[in-house]
Amino acid sequence: MSLSIEEKLSVNKFFVDEENAHIEIDPAYPDLKEKMKLVNACPAGLYKLNDDETLSFDYAGCLECGTCRILCLGTVVKKWEYPEDTKGVEFRYG
Amino acid sequence: MSEEKFDVIVVGGGLAGSTAAYILAEQGLEVLLIERGNYGGSKNMTGGRLYSHSLEKIIPNFAEEAPVERRVVKEAVTMMTENDAVTFNFRSPRLAETGSDSYVVLRGEFDRWLFDKAEEEGAIATSGIKVDELIVENKKVKGVICGGEEMLADVVILADGVNSLLAEKAGLRPRVKPSQVAVGAKEVYELPSKVIEDRFGLEENEGAAWLFAGSPTNGLVGGGFLYTNKQSISIGMVVNLERIGESDKTIEDMMNEFTKHPEVAPLIKDGKLVERSGHVVPEAGLSMVSTLYGDGFLICGDAAGFCLNIGYMVRGMDFAIASGEMAAKAVLKAREKEDFSSATLKIYKDMLDESFVMKDLSLYKKFPSFMDNPRIFNEYPEMLSNIMADMFIVNGNHGIPLRKKAMKHIKSVGLLNLVKDGLRGVKSI
Repeated sequence: MSLSIEEKLSVNKFFVDEENAHIEIDPAYPDLKEKMKLVNACPAGLYKLNDDETLSFDYAGCLECGTCRILCLGTVVKKWEYPEDTKGVEFRYG
Repeated sequence: MSEEKFDVIVVGGGLAGSTAAYILAEQGLEVLLIERGNYGGSKNMTGGRLYSHSLEKIIPNFAEEAPVERRVVKEAVTMMTENDAVTFNFRSPRLAETGSDSYVVLRGEFDRWLFDKAEEEGAIATSGIKVDELIVENKKVKGVICGGEEMLADVVILADGVNSLLAEKAGLRPRVKPSQVAVGAKEVYELPSKVIEDRFGLEENEGAAWLFAGSPTNGLVGGGFLYTNKQSISIGMVVNLERIGESDKTIEDMMNEFTKHPEVAPLIKDGKLVERSGHVVPEAGLSMVSTLYGDGFLICGDAAGFCLNIGYMVRGMDFAIASGEMAAKAVLKAREKEDFSSATLKIYKDMLDESFVMKDLSLYKKFPSFMDNPRIFNEYPEMLSNIMADMFIVNGNHGIPLRKKAMKHIKSVGLLNLVKDGLRGVKSI
């Protein structure tokens, strides 16, 4: 029963906006503490710390909760918008 | 620019927005309800349980037609350590009396139903459309802009959720602070109804609500939750954002440990994961309620910060519905006066102050700071579980009086701390 977060997200329904990233980050932001907030808090596990302490991030599995915006807008998070019309996650259960 | 002007534009097709649109459309107003998801509820999630009272007043016997999952007849609260669980259980028909009952719901279905009800009443309910910004002139909200197109109204009701980017961008309210919110993660596991009923000791349509404190959140403020749906179980946790960066575990690590805990794992065993969701939960109670009204606008639901978490009880949806109702009533009053200025719309705040919404938020205003105490999530569950172990374990060693056993564990936390925290706890609820 041990599914990875990626496997868990794969059961969700997403309409990914391939053209437009609704969240943009600074992956090389210098303060590790700021980056760890995102690594720990994102409920989709989309922020991962690389060996060189930069961040990897993919907006495609975003649950649009706004956690990263609340924590780090203005530091690591450079832009945070809701996805465009009809795009993004669609909760069938919720 | 569009020629048309609506009486009211409601932004957000969740429970607050759809309730407001439903009531206003019922009264014959021209209402535009705008939802960014592909249907009402498609961006929403809850733990979750809806206390019925506020919707019951608006749509009597709503549970007969609405897609509710199960009516809660059983409450449980568990204090947890890594391997142990001490649970307090309450079952009573009084939990299921109309007007004081509560229902487990899934928002994807439930909100969609209410959104469609608003449309049936005559609201122009549009989904798949994102409001980009508010039209604000001299601090008065005049309408909204969607995809470059302006739409005007006498009043805009903002029910766009906890992040309320619109209100923040227009300078109507400050940005939410990490200490004021928790992140919630939830998984839905599909299981046959019969299995759920057997596991939780329920009859058909009966439901259980279960909260967990202690080890699940790795010492951070928060907790785990479990709710029984008809044919699935909602399980997840909320963790306050204030200290999340200092944790040595991610929320996903915490979820994995929680769902594998010996008390929890058998409850969801063989369940098939059908959804993983996440959301931000307003948690600071009264202290995060900020702007509620102004010239040409009202803010309700999560966007206004209406949510209450007092450990054994989590409420938000009943506040959302009631605030949506009061926002609608305030608009109706303003129409009578033909004045949509802040001076008239203040009646919304007056109604809220007189209602359970502000009264309950005020009553429990000290609770969030009481919870901000690591002993509640570390030492106390440990202490309780050690006392239980001493009570229930028989291994042939000669007995020691219970008070002595208990005192040993209480001393490990500090009697003074226990008394102090106990008093603070009692005062906060």
